[in-house]
Amino acid sequence: MLKTRMSGNEAVAHAIKQINPDVMPAFPITPSTEIPQFVAGMIANGEIDTEFIPVESEHSSMSAAIGSSAAGARTLTATSSCGLAFMWEVLYVAASNRLPIAMAVVNRGLTGPLNINAEHSDSMGARDSGWLQIYAENNQEVYDNFLQAYRIAEHPDVKLPIMICQDGFITSHAVENITLWDDAAMKKFVGTYEPDHYLLNADEPMAVGPYAASNYCMEAKKAQTEAMKRAKKVILDVAKEFEALTGQSYGFFEGYRLDDAEYAVVAIGSVCGTAKDAVDAMRERGLRAGLLKIRVFRPFPADEIANALKGCRAIAIMDRSESYNAVGGPLGAEVTAALYRVKAHAEVINIMYGLSGRDVRVEDIEQLFDNLVKLGDGEQVYDETCPYLGLRE
Amino acid sequence: MSNLKQHERAEFINEMTPWHQLTDGLQIYEPATSRQFFTGEWRTSTPVWDTDKCKQCLLCVPYCPDSSIPVENEKRQDFDLNHCKGCGICAKACPFQAISMKEGK
Repeated sequence: MLKTRMSGNEAVAHAIKQINPDVMPAFPITPSTEIPQFVAGMIANGEIDTEFIPVESEHSSMSAAIGSSAAGARTLTATSSCGLAFMWEVLYVAASNRLPIAMAVVNRGLTGPLNINAEHSDSMGARDSGWLQIYAENNQEVYDNFLQAYRIAEHPDVKLPIMICQDGFITSHAVENITLWDDAAMKKFVGTYEPDHYLLNADEPMAVGPYAASNYCMEAKKAQTEAMKRAKKVILDVAKEFEALTGQSYGFFEGYRLDDAEYAVVAIGSVCGTAKDAVDAMRERGLRAGLLKIRVFRPFPADEIANALKGCRAIAIMDRSESYNAVGGPLGAEVTAALYRVKAHAEVINIMYGLSGRDVRVEDIEQLFDNLVKLGDGEQVYDETCPYLGLRE
Repeated sequence: MSNLKQHERAEFINEMTPWHQLTDGLQIYEPATSRQFFTGEWRTSTPVWDTDKCKQCLLCVPYCPDSSIPVENEKRQDFDLNHCKGCGICAKACPFQAISMKEGK
């Protein structure tokens, strides 16, 4: 164990170094560029023996990752924003072929307007692609999540690709204190990848991704969605094992002062650090405020989230990604649907925040809590279903 | 191949197989399974082989895009109609008019 300080991109690269995966095809794009850059440096220095493939685009990096993973190699890549969008077609191929590729996604808004800053529109757009998605609040979490990635993705009950997401610049470039875990312990924890079937097995010629007519496709998709359901148990089991080694506790989400909360904010990513300060401030003012920070978005732990929020009077669900559906964002839609299924009576408002890196202050969220109180009292606070936080009006 | 479970073997996979019995990603763990998958039913016209006109030059064999003209002991056999799709290339390729196309299956 080593207490040190590093950026989130360095932290992910350190996890990759400890895992020493077999193949990394990658194409640079801000703010994820540093990850393949660090890995290439480690390879050049002889610290790891990962095969690095410089490709000509993200469509190619994901295609190469699919080929490599199907061949039997433990594979990863990294990307952001439009790079992820350029992979779109092949993201579905990776998932439907049940290939446990790990991808570091450093969240950045999709163009346009052209912008390079933190937003979730890239990975939220890929939320239906069949990939597992785990998000982080800070550098420590993204490091820990990456170390757990292959254990989840490669599990025989799962066999699905996984995105380990972090907020661009905020958790990729900002330097924070971090605890690094022992190399040997992590190597043992992650283990070696031994797939049952792989293309380079000369004793078993096989076909990956065959054409499936309509009398096979629906069955394949059902099997894929069931694997996504089974991933829930695997994610918790792996987290438990990780906790035994490191003391770090992870679940589907983190409830911060949520147990007795009457007013709750639901969010993903780095904004949760800010929200925690706001919760503390509101508690000092005597308000039973709480935060539900979502870590696992795919599979979506709908029942668990809804049950944790069930007792609240008013809830703000914060989205860092527009759906342009004219009613709100993806997290708002999914959490609200989950609350409906458990017959919760809370007032719910969807909040759009932090688009294209727009700053969110503690006071912004304190004000949000003030509005939640009014909302809980039946006051008409907002005149739309998804107001923008911090918008010039 | 011997390590495969029964439901993973191509001969047991068909259009009646329930979803939980199919392989992950519909992967196939054996070679040459297209022999078990009959595509000839797509055919709307059918080649007819005239053995009297045929000189066994075997030119039709490499022209067939679906490997549906079997050869045994250096002699072509009758068409494999389980896989022939009726494209008619063999009839065009034959220098002796020994292959004609008839309407239907």
